[in-house]
Formats: sequence, C-alpha cells, structure tokens
Amino acid sequence: MSNDKQDVPGGASFSCSCADTNRRQLLAATAVVGGAVGVGTAVPFVASFLPSERAKAAGAPVEVDISRLQPGEMMTVEWRGKPVWIVRRNKEMLESLKKSETMLADPGSSRSDQPSYIKGMARAIKDEYFVCVGICTHLGCSPTAKFVPGAESGIGDDWPGGFLCPCHGSRFDLSGRVFKSMPAPDNLVIPPHTYLSDTRLIIGEDTKGA
Amino acid sequence: MSQINALVDKGKEVLGWVDERFPLSSLYKEHLAEYYAPKNFNFWYFFGSLALLVLVNQIVTGIFLVMHYKPDASMNGAGIPVAFASVEYIMRDVPGGSFIRYLHSTGASAFFIVVYLHMFRGLLYGSYRKPRELVWLFGMGIFLCLMGEAFFGYLLPWGQMSGWGAQVIVNLFSAVPVIGPDLSVFIRGDFVVSDATLNRFFAFHVIAIPLVLLGLVSAHLIALHEVGSNNPDGVEIKKKKDARGIPIDGIPFHPYYTVKDIFGVSIFLIIFAAVVFFAPEGGGYFLEFNNFVPYDPMKTPPHIAPVWYFTPFYSMLRATTSDFLPALWALVVVVAGLSFVSCKNVWVRRLCALVAVGTYWGFFGLTVFGKTPALFDFDLLGVHFGKGLDAKFWGVAMMGGSVLLFAFLPWLDQSPVKSIRYKGGLYKTILSLFVVSFILLGILGTKAPGYAFFGVIPGEPVAAVCTLIYLCFFAFMPWYSRLDKTKPEPERVTWK
Ligand code: HEM
Ligand code: FES
Repeated sequence: MSNDKQDVPGGASFSCSCADTNRRQLLAATAVVGGAVGVGTAVPFVASFLPSERAKAAGAPVEVDISRLQPGEMMTVEWRGKPVWIVRRNKEMLESLKKSETMLADPGSSRSDQPSYIKGMARAIKDEYFVCVGICTHLGCSPTAKFVPGAESGIGDDWPGGFLCPCHGSRFDLSGRVFKSMPAPDNLVIPPHTYLSDTRLIIGEDTKGA
Repeated sequence: MSQINALVDKGKEVLGWVDERFPLSSLYKEHLAEYYAPKNFNFWYFFGSLALLVLVNQIVTGIFLVMHYKPDASMNGAGIPVAFASVEYIMRDVPGGSFIRYLHSTGASAFFIVVYLHMFRGLLYGSYRKPRELVWLFGMGIFLCLMGEAFFGYLLPWGQMSGWGAQVIVNLFSAVPVIGPDLSVFIRGDFVVSDATLNRFFAFHVIAIPLVLLGLVSAHLIALHEVGSNNPDGVEIKKKKDARGIPIDGIPFHPYYTVKDIFGVSIFLIIFAAVVFFAPEGGGYFLEFNNFVPYDPMKTPPHIAPVWYFTPFYSMLRATTSDFLPALWALVVVVAGLSFVSCKNVWVRRLCALVAVGTYWGFFGLTVFGKTPALFDFDLLGVHFGKGLDAKFWGVAMMGGSVLLFAFLPWLDQSPVKSIRYKGGLYKTILSLFVVSFILLGILGTKAPGYAFFGVIPGEPVAAVCTLIYLCFFAFMPWYSRLDKTKPEPERVTWK
C-alpha cells in the first residue's frame, strides 16, 4: 500500500551480479522436497474420505422368512443399508409383464445389473417371487409400489402395474424394468440371492455364482 | 471542560499508540469515512449490507446450535436417530432453543432471498462489468459456497428430506462418466447415506465452508473498495473528480450510507422477525414438513423436493431428459454457428465445430438423434461409445452449468451501456423473459413430476421452454446486447 521504494543494496543489478548459486540450489532443493512432503501428507487426508474398514465390513447377507407373504403382497428387508423388496406376484401380475414389454427401455435386461442366473421377463429364480433392490437407478430414491393397474392408479389407462419413483417420476414394471424415456436409465438391480428352503431366502449370497 | 479535553487527548493518544502498530485509522478511513460511494444508490443497494447481517446471524446462531446438536446417526434408547433427537431436544427442552433454531433456519432462506436480489441488482445495473469482474467472480464463489453450505446443513437434522435429499444430490455425482460411482462413494464415505456422511457434512457445514465463505466475503469487499461501487446509472463516478481528487458524485460511506443501511436493516428485521415468530416454517418452504419425520432409508416420502432456493436449478435437471436433448443440441449448434460466423480466428472456429460434433456424440452417440439403433457399440470403462453419455449425466451437467453461466456475464455482455436505464427494449424483454422463466422453474421444482398449472397446463413442457429461455439469455447475450438500441449514458449520475 505504501509507495516509498526501499533502496536495495546493489540496486537493480543485485540479483544477477552477486547471486549465490549454491544457496539458490539449496533453496530450490528444499522447496522441491518440502513440496513432495506436502503432497505426501495430503494422501492420508484424501484417503480418510474413503469408506472405513467398518463400513466395508457391514455387508453381511440377510435371511428372510417369506412364508407369510400373501400373493399380491410385498415386503421390504434391509440389506447393506438399502431396501430389498420381495414381491409375491399373482397370476395377473405375471400376465402384466407381457403387456408392458413394448413400453420398456430394456425389456431383455441386457444392460441391467443382475446375477447371471436371473433371466427372462420375470427376472426371478422362481417366477412368483420377485426380489430386487428397491433403489431407483436414476438418483437413488426408493420407488413406491403402484400395483393397481389402469386408470385407477392415477398414472394412466395403460398402466400395467409396477413401481413409480416419487423423485423424478421414473416408472418400472412388476419385474423392475424401466419404461421408455424415463429419467432412470436402467432396470432395478437384482441382488445375489438364493433359496435355503421353500420359505427361506438369503439375500447377498448365492450358490450358483453371481 | 478541561477535563473533557484531557479525555479527548487521552483518546487520541491511545489511537496514536494503536495506529503505530496497526493501521486502524487508515482502515477506517479507507473503508468507511473516506470510501466514496455514488450518491444515487437506491433500494437495490440495501442487499449487500443485509447479506452481511444475515451472514453474522447464521454464524452466531450456528455456534449456539452446535452447543446442543449431535451429529450422530445411531439410534438412541428410544429407537430415534441421535441427531434427529438432538434437534427435537433443542426445539422442546433447551431454553430459547426453538427461537435460535428458527433464526438459523429462517436465516438460511433469508440469505438466499437477499443474495438473489443482490445478484439481480448486478443484472439490472451491469455491476459485473469492467472493472468489477472480480467483485462478481468472488460473488460467484460466495454463491457456490452458500449452496454447499445449505446442502450440507440440510442433512444435519436427519429427517426424511435430509436423508433423501442428500441421497439424490450425492448420486448426481455418480452420473459423471467413468469415475462417477466411486466419486459418490467417496463423498458419502459409505455405500449409503450413513453416519459417516453425517459427520463429514457436519465438518463441512460448521467449519470448512464458513471459513472459505468469510475469506471470499473479505475478498469481495476488498475488490469492491478497490474499484468503487457501481450505481443505478452505471456511469463511473471516478471519471469526474474535484480538486482534492474526490469523485464529484461520491459521498462518504460513513455517515451517509451507514445511516441508509441502518434503515434497511430495520425494515428487514421487522419482516424477518415476523417470519421467525409467526411463520417459522415458511408454509413448508423454509422447513419442509417431511423433515419432521426421522430419516428412514427404507422408504422415500411420497413427495420430495429440494428447498425452494435450489428449485430453479433442480427443475432444469429434471427437464433434461433424452427427449429434450435434440432441442438442446439445436441450441448448441446455433450458438456454435453464430460464433463461427462472427469470429475469424481459425482456432475459435475449429473449437466451434468440435463443440457441435462433440455434443452430438455426447447426446446421441452414433444414432440419429437417439431415435435409431447405434451404428455399432463398444463399452469402454462403462461409457457406451455407440450411445453417447446418459441423459442423466447431461441433467447433472445442466444443473451445474446453469449456475456457472452467471460467472461468464462480464464477458458475455457487450452492450455499450451498463445500466438497464439506458438499455433498449430488446434487452428489457429478454431480461423479463429470463426472470419469469427463472421463477416458473422455481415453482415447478417444488412440485411433483407430472404437475400441471391450474390442473391444465402441463408442467413438463413449460419447464423445457423455460430452461431453453434461461440458456438463451446467456448464450445469445453477445449478439443481442450489441443489437439492442441503447440510449446515451449521461455524463454524471442522475439524482433527484
Ligand atoms: C455472503 C454473501 C454476500 C455478501 C455478504 C455480499 C456483500 C456485498 C456488499 C456489502 C456490497 C456493497 C453494497 C452493495 O452494493 O449492495 C456488495 C457489492 C456487490 N456484490 Fe456482493 N455480497 C454477497 C454475495 C454476492 C454474490 C453471490 C454476487 C454475485 C454473484 C455478488 C455481487 C456483487 C457485486 C457485482 C457488487 C457491486 C455492486 C455495485 O457496485 O453495483 N455479491 N456485496
Ligand atoms: S431417483 Fe427415481 S426418478 Fe430420480
């Protein structure tokens, strides 16, 4: 802020005439080493943002008893902090999967995240029981069940029944397949799962290999 | 009498002692008593000092909230998340607690109201233009920090809107090609929004961002005082100085504008207090009703929307679907084409061509406007070459980009005059359209998808049109600001 110039010993030519190159090299070397140490120190700070060992360990499979689930009903269990749905589809619901086929973005689930043993339009080990992660593939809200088909649903006359995401309106059919030109790009994710018996299901583990 | 004189002398002595060690008097003179501001400031010039006031309010009330708040997502004995319960505790059991919390939550909305009006003043009077580019850019930095601060703070009460809002916004980052999914895990510190997320958001909200914000506000004011304030006429008062080198149209900030600002503060506080006491929830817009329910990661509430100050940008995110991309690409091509024609530089021209082709690939890949199957496709690190990038990514880019566009204003505006007072009908029309679109986008962003105005005018096409208008306001500014029929600026500020 003050404009008074101070007289530098040696004036303008100070820097070139009597520069001590040894000291300069030392300065440059210490600056480089200091910088490297600085960058090295930053590493653990950045790394501390990653999931901790505890967070990584918290992914145990969950066992579910599905004996009380009635046809046309759905239940939600928590797996890795996320909702996993189990829908017991009745005849009409399974029929509706054919009806929705032409309205879907990826009816064959070619791009979808699902274990290799999940195939076809039912996307299930047993057609009757549909298991999926109840998290929208758009930005991660949990869609709402809208099982009632047709105009009554408030969605449209041709609504075959399925799920509607409250956040940005993505629609999925009863196999979690996404409709065309929705914000969500992909079908709902199917977690690895397997049947321990007719009424016991384990989620997060499979025997047939994912 | 002599006693008083002795006291005054003593005071001067103390001041002298301080001044030899710290530039107190010169700072006071430079920024208050001898900071010459244009004499024609009007209503729009209240909002800078009001923003400072609200900033102080947020910091002070925030400190007192932290004394009782607990950033902890684990369940207490009653099965309620500790963080949520601590906010309830502040509201019900801490003496004065609900008042302090309402000051803070209402203050957040007031901050955005004040800052939006403050920025709008910049649009009206061309305050972003030379030599105030850095004042404006520091302001942009402040605006981004404010958005971050509001977002991080919103997770802390750990209600349904907190959790699901954070879930959606953090997942936005997962749309970034290649690194996206890892990036969102990195931000959350977990695979889902969890305790780790809450703790780090707390750290950002209470210390990291406020420190940056204070630094930026200082830089904003230092830059402003270096170049001097603009004014409603948009003419530089420093061009006409008297013999002492003081601008003829300038008056000392203190006492003239301190008094004016105290008046503004009083009116503001009357309105602010009325809201805090009688409508602290702001009808569900300042504190959303769903946030009075603890976060349940198993169930999204049926209606989720961000707080009102994010909704214009959020609407643009929602509007960017694959159906919207052809229109967006048409806009890109027109702007790139215009730049191509009006700029002779070969590198700029190459860049324009590259942008047009690059966005085509990004939007549609190797298809005809996304309507046909791709010519061929291969997948490299999760990017489908034949399909281009997801509409989801473009939505995110749109949301970020629409905020950042403001930063380019100093260079987009080519009008010979600064102030709206001397601009022509063309600019005024476009600015009005811009403001109306911004407000409509804001309204739509608070509504569920599928909303229709008055039950008949569907919201989605309205949002798409408003998004295009918003973009056009910036994109075509270099051309329409030149075409606009302006009036001559006066020599000196006008003042009645
Ligand atoms: C914490 C938030 C902010 C504070 C405390 C703040 C404070 C101030 C103050 C005290 C002034 C001088 C008084 C006035 O002109 O009203 C000012 C001027 C200004 N501010 Fe800000 N500001 C903030 C945010 C912003 C933002 C977000 C922008 C725009 C991106 C911005 C752009 C400007 C400009 C261009 C001026 C000069 C106006 C003129 O001379 O006409 N400010 N600011
Ligand atoms: S999160 Fe489901 S539509 Fe956006």
